[in-house]
Amino acid sequence: MSVSFWVRARRGDFALDAAFEASGKAIALVGPSGAGKTTLLQGLAGLIPAEEVRLTVDDRTLVDTAMGLAPPPHQRGLGYVFQDGRLFPHLSVGGNVAFGTRWAANPMTVAEALKLVDLEGFAHRRPTSLSGGEMRRVAIARALLPRPRLLLLDEPFAGLDDGRRQALIPYLVKLRDTVKTPMIVVSHDDRDVAALAETVLMLDRGRSV
Amino acid sequence: MSPFEAEALWLSLKVAAASLVGVIPVSLGLALLLARGRFPGKWLVEALVNLPLVLPPVVTGLALLIVFGVRGPVGSWLHDVFGVTLAFHWTGAALAAGVMALPLVVRPLRLSLEAVDRRLEEAAATLGAPPLQVLTRVTLPLAAPGLVAGAVLGFARAFGEFGATVTFAGSIPGETQTLPVAIYTVLQRADGEQAALRLALLSVLVSVGALVIAEWINRRALSRRGA
Repeated sequence: MSVSFWVRARRGDFALDAAFEASGKAIALVGPSGAGKTTLLQGLAGLIPAEEVRLTVDDRTLVDTAMGLAPPPHQRGLGYVFQDGRLFPHLSVGGNVAFGTRWAANPMTVAEALKLVDLEGFAHRRPTSLSGGEMRRVAIARALLPRPRLLLLDEPFAGLDDGRRQALIPYLVKLRDTVKTPMIVVSHDDRDVAALAETVLMLDRGRSV
Repeated sequence: MSPFEAEALWLSLKVAAASLVGVIPVSLGLALLLARGRFPGKWLVEALVNLPLVLPPVVTGLALLIVFGVRGPVGSWLHDVFGVTLAFHWTGAALAAGVMALPLVVRPLRLSLEAVDRRLEEAAATLGAPPLQVLTRVTLPLAAPGLVAGAVLGFARAFGEFGATVTFAGSIPGETQTLPVAIYTVLQRADGEQAALRLALLSVLVSVGALVIAEWINRRALSRRGA
């Protein structure tokens, strides 16, 4: 698989202008904090106004603003696992995971998605009753259910202690090996992604390195 | 309960319920506009919504009479086109109660809409939800406590509305003589104090009942959320 992307965006004084090409299903995007990693993901997903965005997965162009291909966030077909989880507090775990069902062409079932992250039997639980690591996994299952063309994971290890961090890595490895969706994993620490990524890309001060 | 009391109670419930049915969708639109909208003249919309809070209710009733009365610009149009007359009808009492209740429904709803985490709406969008579905499946459920609070305040205000109702709809037994209007009417009689107290007790019971129900709904929503 190959993924190429380019985002040019401004956030106040910060300028992001980074283009990457990578092959493999698990692509890590590493850089110090403030390098623009989250801004880049937000630009790809259409969550911030960007000057120019281009995104190609295999030979399919999903976004190309210069060519007028700039679908709104809900039509980009990208899965986004946010750093802060963002589970819906008014829905159960099952309700969270099922959220994308009605707009997806070929969604997984909730059971299938929960099985991918080893949380079978959690569907009836409330998000507030979960540990930090479980919340991350629910967020991943929720993002995978619509079968996105590309999964974006923003610092999936942030805020987890070493034990939980180590515990999360095998799940991501399993996803890499079992799910067709390619993923871009953003991290400020390349040790976190060493076991996972086939390709490591570096971003620093808004530029590809 | 005497037939007179039962009639006033039933009419008050009917008027308050009808006014809420009209006020809630309007409040929802206004609260969204005020919480999320950025447009010139926003302050004017805000001032107009809150006007019934600061105006004497009699003045609000008079304004309604001028606009919605049989000879008023809107009132005469409603009469000619739809054959609807509001002034001195129970529907007019509902309109008066609704206008008075509006700011009390809009305010908590707006506050709870402003408190909704926009990042959750972003998350919903990345899962494929178009904007309208984000509103109905994420934003509004999260703002539900504000809607409940607003609906209770609005119901209590509409149920107890007197000044604007008497001015716009009068005091017609069985048509516009709601509980507060009935209390005032029986107090005009020399021996009316006892009857007024009984009506007042009814009105207190209904208001307290509405508060209890609202508290119950809120607690249930909170416990379902695991908080």
